[in-house]
Amino acid sequence: MSEKLLMRGNEALGEAALKAGCQLYFAYPITPQSELPEYLSRRMPEIDRVFLQAESEIAAINMVYGAAGAGVRVMTSSSSPGISLKQEGLSYIAGAQLPCVIVNMSRGGPGLGSIQPAQSDYFQATKGGGHGDYHLIVLAPASVQEIVDLTILAFDLADKYRNPVMIMGDGLLGQMMEPVSFPDRSDVVLPEKPWATTGYTGERPKNIIRSLELQPERLEAHNQKLQEKYADMIATQKRSDEYLTDDADIVLIAFGTVARICRSAIDMAREKGIKAGLFRPISLWPFPDESLAKLGDKERTFLTVEMSCGQMIEDVKLALECRRPVHFYGRVGGIVPSPEEVLDKIEQIVAGRCEA
Amino acid sequence: MRLVFDRPQSLADVQTHYCPGCTHGIIHRLIAEAIDELDVADRTIGVAPVGCAVLAYNYFNLDFQEAAHGRAPAVATGIKRALPDRVVFTYQGDGDLASIGTAEIIHAANRGEAITVVYVNNTVYGMTGGQMAPTTLPGQKTTTSPYGRDTDLAGYPIRVAEMLSTLVAPQYIARVAVNSAPNIQKAKRAIKKAFEIQVNDNGFALVEVLSTCPTNWGLTPEKSLRWLEENMIPYYPLGDFKVPKEVE
Repeated sequence: MSEKLLMRGNEALGEAALKAGCQLYFAYPITPQSELPEYLSRRMPEIDRVFLQAESEIAAINMVYGAAGAGVRVMTSSSSPGISLKQEGLSYIAGAQLPCVIVNMSRGGPGLGSIQPAQSDYFQATKGGGHGDYHLIVLAPASVQEIVDLTILAFDLADKYRNPVMIMGDGLLGQMMEPVSFPDRSDVVLPEKPWATTGYTGERPKNIIRSLELQPERLEAHNQKLQEKYADMIATQKRSDEYLTDDADIVLIAFGTVARICRSAIDMAREKGIKAGLFRPISLWPFPDESLAKLGDKERTFLTVEMSCGQMIEDVKLALECRRPVHFYGRVGGIVPSPEEVLDKIEQIVAGRCEA
Repeated sequence: MRLVFDRPQSLADVQTHYCPGCTHGIIHRLIAEAIDELDVADRTIGVAPVGCAVLAYNYFNLDFQEAAHGRAPAVATGIKRALPDRVVFTYQGDGDLASIGTAEIIHAANRGEAITVVYVNNTVYGMTGGQMAPTTLPGQKTTTSPYGRDTDLAGYPIRVAEMLSTLVAPQYIARVAVNSAPNIQKAKRAIKKAFEIQVNDNGFALVEVLSTCPTNWGLTPEKSLRWLEENMIPYYPLGDFKVPKEVE
């Protein structure tokens, strides 16, 4: 690990991508992630890597397609409206099995929405977004250090599975400054990519990057192959964190920025004698349902807190299989819930004044 | 016996799905010849469009990427920026390049991406059944302009070569046709030049190729060639629209 540096989330993400071996970065300006392209536009030429500002979000994701197919580590970033524009490309990238990293520093929607933080892209990120049966791996950091760690992991997972990986942050996380350190990656050997289009020399069959398969049986077989890959991700790539859950009577479920707020609310609740705890999904897809289900083995109440009108709560309920009551508290429109209002909700639930 | 004419090495020995009389096959051959003559097949990567040429990757002995509709210039940009010493070309039709992909082609050209673009203009969306394209001629009947293209309703056909030649960065922009033996020879020279520009000068080059679609035009292959000459060339004049400075 390097010395500690004080860095903004968006910039730390950019630096982590470079540490992970990201050779090319294509993006289009959008608030609240513009510090990331600004940082990389300065840093990448210094170390002989390629920063290119694309003419559109659509062009950026298709440049990612081309570069990923050429066998190099590549990334793009945006925020909610821009991520919507990238969905076509993401579907093609997933279909063509190309490794890449996409960052969504999400903001309020629908439509142009606002530039303030939100988590209302959860469905889009975890349930598809583009057309066809595919999945992204979706990682949700909750601190600047975790942005660094998960960004590096994202590149490794993308290559391991030949699959797009999304870093799901929000405006707040991208803007906040915290001390971070970067792992030493100098001796890391990146995987070979014999499938990449690098020029047909006759030493291997010609490589074709595509998602078209006109024969139904072949397309079905391709889909089954993708599903096997997703099944392996589900078996091995679920990630979550817990805080004071052992004796908790009420467990909050939250990711990213909201998880931090919930921690504060839990500390305040504990001071009042309420045994509260936190379950924090780190991988939004695959959703860490088994760990959450274990918490549901004990008689306790659950509260999902999101900066949305209630999206992750569906996965929470599926994980708990309706065995326990699941309450919801959400703020939207770019409003970040305060620890006090989360505490208030906890107190109401404990007092039996809320129906799940 | 001496062999005087053979299939280019870069052209795959397979049957294509193109309709009888379609000129895609000629254009494929010209590209393969250019790549062979420049001896760059082992470092060339093609980008196929969405449209009739969506399966072009099956017809060349080259590494290929298949792009989303209209996005080939962005995909080619990604490849070229990742592997600057490779030769990258896109093969796009008029629906792909001049309609859904206008932003991508304009900006790839404007950045001076060192790629070669072969733009095949046959005035219709061929693969989907002959619908009106941005290049459909005024009055031309298609399956979505059954009364003929009404310019009050649909505007005028886009002249891509002229439009892109207003940009500073592109090095070579030409329009050719493959309706006759002399024109095919000229098309060959233009396509080869468009690859040479990339290989030697690291610049952007585009060749617009006027092509036929007998199936969707409802004409025989022979009448299609004549229709191209009588109707397309007057609206889409042939020639070089932008040439490298040293050749001017």
